[in-house]
Amino acid sequence: MTTLTNKPLTKNIEIGRAPFTFAQYQAAGGYQSVGKALAMKPRDLMKLVQDSGLGGRGGAGFNTGLKWSFIPEPDGGPRYLVVNADEMEPGTFKDRLLMEHDPHLLVEGMITASIALQATMSYIFLRGEYKEAEAALLKAIAEAYEAGMLGQHIAGSTFSLDMAVHTSAGRYICGEETALINALEGKRANPRFKPPFPQVSGLWGRPTLVNNVETICNIPGIVSHGVDWFKALGINGQSGTRISGVSGRVKRPGCWEMPVGTTFRTVIEEYAGGMQDGYALKAFLPGGGSTDFLMPEHLDLPMIPGDVAKAGSRLGTSLLMVLDDKTCPIGCVHNLIKFFAHESCGWCTPCRDGLPWVEHILLKLERGEGTLKDIDILKEACGYMAPGNTFCALAPGAAEPLQSALKYFMDEFVEHVNHGCKYQRH
Amino acid sequence: MSNLIASTAPKARKLTPEEIHDIEHEKTHYPYAQAVGLEALKIVQKYQGWVSDESLLAVADYLELPPDELEGVATFFNMIFRRPVGKNVILLCDSVACWMLGCDGLKAHITKRLGIEYGQTTADNLFTLIPVPCLGACDKAPVMMIGNDTHRNLTPATIDALIDACQARG
Repeated sequence: MTTLTNKPLTKNIEIGRAPFTFAQYQAAGGYQSVGKALAMKPRDLMKLVQDSGLGGRGGAGFNTGLKWSFIPEPDGGPRYLVVNADEMEPGTFKDRLLMEHDPHLLVEGMITASIALQATMSYIFLRGEYKEAEAALLKAIAEAYEAGMLGQHIAGSTFSLDMAVHTSAGRYICGEETALINALEGKRANPRFKPPFPQVSGLWGRPTLVNNVETICNIPGIVSHGVDWFKALGINGQSGTRISGVSGRVKRPGCWEMPVGTTFRTVIEEYAGGMQDGYALKAFLPGGGSTDFLMPEHLDLPMIPGDVAKAGSRLGTSLLMVLDDKTCPIGCVHNLIKFFAHESCGWCTPCRDGLPWVEHILLKLERGEGTLKDIDILKEACGYMAPGNTFCALAPGAAEPLQSALKYFMDEFVEHVNHGCKYQRH
Repeated sequence: MSNLIASTAPKARKLTPEEIHDIEHEKTHYPYAQAVGLEALKIVQKYQGWVSDESLLAVADYLELPPDELEGVATFFNMIFRRPVGKNVILLCDSVACWMLGCDGLKAHITKRLGIEYGQTTADNLFTLIPVPCLGACDKAPVMMIGNDTHRNLTPATIDALIDACQARG
């Protein structure tokens, strides 16, 4: 009897070897979920995914099956599945791994998800700079067409589906699902007002689901092996596995598939081998540049959205970035804010005008030209950029590292006013 | 009367057969021509190196889009070049992981070696230096791209070797 894998996302990945072809992928047990999905009622399939407890891996963590269930019944017109592969959250490097090294997993997940959603067309909205992923995906899609897994009457069924890759040209805002939809329509990627939500009125006004790459890569396993198997993969009451990793001054930076519910300490100290010699952990961003800093006292928290929220942050993409004791926290926040200011689409005032002003103040502080009044302005700006004051989550996300730095490193902000930056420049 | 207004405004050029072929291929994926706008600009850029006014007007004509709407898209995206760039575009990641591991020092190194700041092109037209947000290879920071290739775990020495190789190719 064969044992089911406990690493469904990375079982086919071997760095240094070419990704599996369609035949190799199928021989390794791939594309089973398509047949199973075709034999099920779409609503049952959505319920199965909902019951698995799979949460979105793009950063928000919303229950995937529940998100799907908001799509209306088919009316004969086009319906779309769009995979958000525009990975651009600073410090995040997981979707690149999945797409470059096992593109068929994403293609299978998209076909199976499209069966559940009764989608007629599916797009991968890919980061333009991900050239290797583009080549791998185009090859995998061509192979899937050739094998009859895409196109008219897939796998001999009545279901038909097309798939295409759209390569973007570098704007972080495209990660926001309504901005992504505008970009895919060929417009400037400004976010749209919600409601209506994309499930009801998305791409060209039609029902549309936007899901992250890693989220969709979980679908083949769930549908092939079932909810019980998926639930048993997690620990601390969680379902499934996810890709987490660490960058910054740790001994072995990287990303790995691990049970959902693994603690921050395990990832940093065991997977990543702990801090490099001569460096101590000062703080860490738990899931990308748009999350609040957590402190060493939070290391034993399991990586569960609710637990991380209680500690005052967000799990986000679950790719950790460590801040060491020899790196200036104000410089670090300045770098992040510079990114967000550059990537603001310019639609909302707190974001368009607030972020460059914050960046200006942080630069002053770094140069030892700041005042105590500047620190008050930073606090005030965090309030203006808080959730509810802007169309989308870019500005609230940008405020997260800043507001948490003000909370944890206030003495260093004041020190910068009084004596300038004491850290060595990189 | 046309003598009074001797227009110097740019006019659409003719798209090449290769450009038209690639744009037509992209059109098969979408129900509306507007959706291909960005892809068409990227196709033009692939063949011409950048998107001139004449190219932008040509794409707008071909897809029957208002030129200013297409210009709005062209200027929105970081990777559409509306000015000429060098043969090798260096995209140096300046986001947080690369910053922690010394991308500012690498930028200074490139600037010293090639004599160009961000946004500038070398006199021999071989290099343009542009900062790029997080390239999603943070475990191998610092990172940059030259053309379509991503280079990881950079040091001044590896950057010198990459620049040498580009210069040798000419």
